[in-house]
Amino acid sequence: MIPARTWPLGRAGVHLVLILYTALCLGPVLLVVMNSFKSRAGIFGAPLSLPNAATFDLIGYKTVLGQGAFLRYFGNSLIVTAGSLAAVLLFGAMAAFALSEYRFRANRLLGLFLALGIMVPIRLGTVAILNMMVAARLVNTHLALILIYTAQGLPIAVFILGEFMQGVSKDLKDAGRIDGLSEYTIFFRLVLPLVRPAVATVAVFTMIPIWNDLWFPLIVAPGEATKTVTLGAQVFIGQFVTNWNAVLAALTLAVLPVLVLYLLFSRQLIRGITAGAVK
Amino acid sequence: MGSLALSAIRKSFGAVDVLKGVDLDVAAGEFVVFVGPSGCGKSTLLRIIAGLDEQSAGDVRIDGRLMNGVPPARRGIAMVFQSYALYPHLTVAKNMSLALSQEGVAAADIRRRVETASALLRLDALLDRRPAELSGGQRQRVAIGRAIVRQPSLFLFDEPLSNLDAALRVGTRIEIAKLHRQLGATMVYVTHDQVEAMTLADRIVVMHGGVVEQVGRPLELYARPANLFVAGFIGSPTMNFIGGDAAARASAATIGVRPEHLVVAREGAWTGAVSHAERLGADTMLYVDVPNVDVLGAGMLTTRILGDIDYDVGDRVGLTPQEGKVYRFDGGGNSIAA
Ligand SMILES: Nc1ncnc2c1ncn2[C@@H]1O[C@H](COP(=O)(O)OP(=O)(O)O)[C@@H](O)[C@H]1O
Ligand SMILES: [Mg+2]
Repeated sequence: MIPARTWPLGRAGVHLVLILYTALCLGPVLLVVMNSFKSRAGIFGAPLSLPNAATFDLIGYKTVLGQGAFLRYFGNSLIVTAGSLAAVLLFGAMAAFALSEYRFRANRLLGLFLALGIMVPIRLGTVAILNMMVAARLVNTHLALILIYTAQGLPIAVFILGEFMQGVSKDLKDAGRIDGLSEYTIFFRLVLPLVRPAVATVAVFTMIPIWNDLWFPLIVAPGEATKTVTLGAQVFIGQFVTNWNAVLAALTLAVLPVLVLYLLFSRQLIRGITAGAVK
Repeated sequence: MGSLALSAIRKSFGAVDVLKGVDLDVAAGEFVVFVGPSGCGKSTLLRIIAGLDEQSAGDVRIDGRLMNGVPPARRGIAMVFQSYALYPHLTVAKNMSLALSQEGVAAADIRRRVETASALLRLDALLDRRPAELSGGQRQRVAIGRAIVRQPSLFLFDEPLSNLDAALRVGTRIEIAKLHRQLGATMVYVTHDQVEAMTLADRIVVMHGGVVEQVGRPLELYARPANLFVAGFIGSPTMNFIGGDAAARASAATIGVRPEHLVVAREGAWTGAVSHAERLGADTMLYVDVPNVDVLGAGMLTTRILGDIDYDVGDRVGLTPQEGKVYRFDGGGNSIAA
């Protein structure tokens, strides 16, 4: 360890910036969570204060959970997110392995093509995607969303995992080949465990935009049976009256799974993010 | 068991020709060392023998069987890598037995073979550890153990000692030599270190720029190098090469004299001032500036004298090559027979 440089003013400055940034990020979330536990009068009377005996009210949660559909929305979100995540990680890791491990003619070109997907937002293709889904009779199915999100998540997953896989010792893979391991065993048993931090990182960065997405659920799966949480929460936002208690409670609940996943992955995540820096 | 035949092996990576036609026969039970400067294609050749890389042209035969296109696991070989390449998530015992369980060897048999190998390499106490809990030398022994349990007919080593410190390197070198005597298996060993090559090999293959410069027993290469490259590569300190008049008088383009074959006296064939002295106790290296002699390369003659001789920088000395110890080379760099 290099001893921390003593430059108190500079360090204080850095910390000030970090604290301000943290407050900026967490402020809105905190506001949502705080107000979800208040009565309507509490929310509008003193939006910035913590719930107290007078304003504490679980009416929002009662409304949300009382409305049976909400649990279904939650389930839909889970199915879509877990399905997409599994597909992105599996196919992303396999593509990354193939691109980094095997030399073949179209290797470079294929890598470039996949990298292109990072730069072009998938929403630009919404109309075409909707047409495709209609033609394939996939509108209002979980599969439609899973396919879209897999396409959306793959480019960056392949890119990041490919970088990490290039770092896995070539000799190790060759030792496996000499020991008679199949390419699949080498991939699953030797390489994947070694890039676990990168996989966790990709998992978190892939999952959050999928869970939070409003656009594609609204367009390709707005039906009652396939509605996701984020879309479902919108029913409480009316054109004339908005049930703020319910909206805030729904949003708070929607944060939970992401939080749980983050806690599960956080150790690996930090290792993944700092892997290049700490050697 | 374990003979190896290479014929006209070529390998190109894109436009770069790394191996330019290698022919070699290795008899069963032989210890052959590929030696050469780094980048000359030794590892590439070894990987082609192992089946990890495919040659661009030529044939590999092991035990007389054509191996082109045969996957590494079915060639009857085992390989030890410079970086050890142990499986980080498996214990020492599992590292050694993985290949056997892949082959479907019976559990009792696996246990017996792991025990034999670990006794041979003094690994018994380490069987339940993971590679991260081992020192460098222990890791390399595990890697060698992993090769042994497979009972291959051909062992391949790619610079197995390069990551070890000097003391450990000598110890492991002796261990590998013993292992070869005990197992009697064929071994092909790659190194850039000529001392390893000289001490381990039955036969040395000197490689340079993708071609085999010379094949021969260690002392044969020392005594009768085929060309300038082999002459300069084998032997330490490296041979003195002299051109100009001195060479012309011997009717050669270049002559070579090994440092240990130069006699130091007050007067000699070549005289000059000592510009640097290295005193190791057992022997002394003198670097002598000889202004009237056309020394190639460093411009100084190196000489090696047994014992601790008290010469100082600036002393004038005379150097004379021993009778019959002058190597002669023609304009193309090839040896001229004596
Ligand atoms: N996979 C590869 N792609 C391109 N060039 C390679 C590859 N492997 C080795 N080379 C080149 O081939 C030459 C010989 O390499 P190598 O056999 O590893 O040399 P050595 O083991 O003798 O040091 C080097 O110049 C190296 O850059
Ligand atoms: Mg090498």
